[in-house]
Amino acid sequence: MRVTKDLVAASATPMVLGILAEGESYGYAILKRINQLSGGELDWTEGLLYPLLHRLERLGHVESSWQSVAGERRRKYYRITNSGLAELAEQRRQWDTVVDALKQIWVGPGDFRPLTAIPLEGQA
Amino acid sequence: MTVPDGQDELEAQFAQWRQHVQRRAELKQSDAEELEDHLRGSVDELIAVGLRADEAFLVAVKRMGGLDELSREFAREHSERLWKQLVLTGDTGGPAADPRSRRDLTAMVICAAGAAASIKVPELFGMRFEADAAFYGPNFSVLALPWLAAFLAWRRHAGKALIGVLLALFAVGAVAANAYPLAEDSQSVVLTSIHLPIALWIVVGLAYVTDDPRSSRRRMDFIRFTGEWFVYFVLIALGGGVLIAFMVGTFKAIGISPEGFISQWLLPCGVVAAVVVAGWLVEAKQSVVENIAPVLTRLFTPLFTAALLAFLVALGWTTAGINVEREALILFDLLLVVVLGLLLYSISARDPLAPPGLFDKLQFALVVSALVIDVLVLLAITGRITEYGTTPNKAAALGENVILLANLAWSAWLLLGFVRRRTPFAALERWQTSYLPVYAAWAWIVVLAFPPLFGYL
Repeated sequence: MRVTKDLVAASATPMVLGILAEGESYGYAILKRINQLSGGELDWTEGLLYPLLHRLERLGHVESSWQSVAGERRRKYYRITNSGLAELAEQRRQWDTVVDALKQIWVGPGDFRPLTAIPLEGQA
Repeated sequence: MTVPDGQDELEAQFAQWRQHVQRRAELKQSDAEELEDHLRGSVDELIAVGLRADEAFLVAVKRMGGLDELSREFAREHSERLWKQLVLTGDTGGPAADPRSRRDLTAMVICAAGAAASIKVPELFGMRFEADAAFYGPNFSVLALPWLAAFLAWRRHAGKALIGVLLALFAVGAVAANAYPLAEDSQSVVLTSIHLPIALWIVVGLAYVTDDPRSSRRRMDFIRFTGEWFVYFVLIALGGGVLIAFMVGTFKAIGISPEGFISQWLLPCGVVAAVVVAGWLVEAKQSVVENIAPVLTRLFTPLFTAALLAFLVALGWTTAGINVEREALILFDLLLVVVLGLLLYSISARDPLAPPGLFDKLQFALVVSALVIDVLVLLAITGRITEYGTTPNKAAALGENVILLANLAWSAWLLLGFVRRRTPFAALERWQTSYLPVYAAWAWIVVLAFPPLFGYL
């Protein structure tokens, strides 16, 4: 099973902000973390990640700097800002709403019986 | 883990990849570095699980996906990068370009200020810009163009000999504008006012092609410069018009009349400064924006061709002949100038190696129909001239017509050869660039020889 492109795109911002909230990071590590979190189910590309990071930087949600950590290459590290944390909180609230609503509809995992359809048909 | 040989090869592959990425307008240097770091992370991991260096590189690049797609995503976020921008404060261009563009800016400001000052100098001797048209008309180009030439000569590090030649030519221009005893309302004043700028513009061209005046390519660059300069000048003039309109309106609202300031200071100084500023803009933006003159050419060549052909058909239909008024010759001179301009600017933008296409045939039709029309007009008008005797105006208009006719006739021949794949396109280009001195010579003849020839009429 692969998650659809639209869903990946919609969840991209909270995902990246959430990972950066754990601590500053760079592109390749962020992508690996997403892979690890989703068990490889989320199909992220560089073409999605880097432009997104740049957009978040333009909006002031993250800031970047070129650093060389001892023994490693010079890399562009991204760090979440206060406005980024606020944005993350807001996104989280919205996602919680969506997830809650979905959970109420989906009574149990694997339970796809059309519960409301039966009474409607009875009336017709 | 890898042998040194494999490492070298890997670095070479990275270098190649970097070059490839940097060619994309959507990706800046820092993006390329970021992506390279990503690629290196990927390669390291693949080598760690046992792939050879070259295999790891191939897999990593493949995983990153096509560059086209990648840059499309970048372009969506950084759309401004595709709109090349002219930054007046001069950043972005890289560390080397920065001080140069700032020096250019300073030189431009000095030259523009000099031009503005020199248009005001005659006032010390009692001239008035709005009253003494007979002085300012012929002298306008003498006061403005040397500053543009100075800017260009400075920018190209012109040698002493060339600077001497430029100074001498501008001095001749100044003499021609002022030495002859011409009445204020004489035809010669008007003729000098029109032809001296043409003569001096080609002197500016001499400053432009400093490094290699005989090179056809450099002359073509000057033709491009002329077109772009004109476009910028018109744009600046439009902006200036808006500025003046607002100044008049707002100051009148508080009971102050700014007309005196505008007509004596803002207008004359602004126009001569704009001459220099437009030149600087063309130089500064050369690589920044697509040239606009060729685009206009592309747009109007088919329209003009259609209009001229329609005119010819209508002329044949009515069989009435052309009504030769006094202005007719000048009108048809201007028509030839427009056709020549269309030809020149499409030549200037054309890839000389491209094979002849539909547009070239269209151009041939344009030139031929203009020629046919002009010959008809000339036949109709020569009779008139011999009948009433000649005046400076008629002689100048006729001379120009002949010069343009000669140019276009030979151009048509070369175009025909090109369309039939007999002559290379470069021949047409060379013909146009080597014709430039003819315009200069004729303009100087009108300015220097016409007044005495026609008894200072």
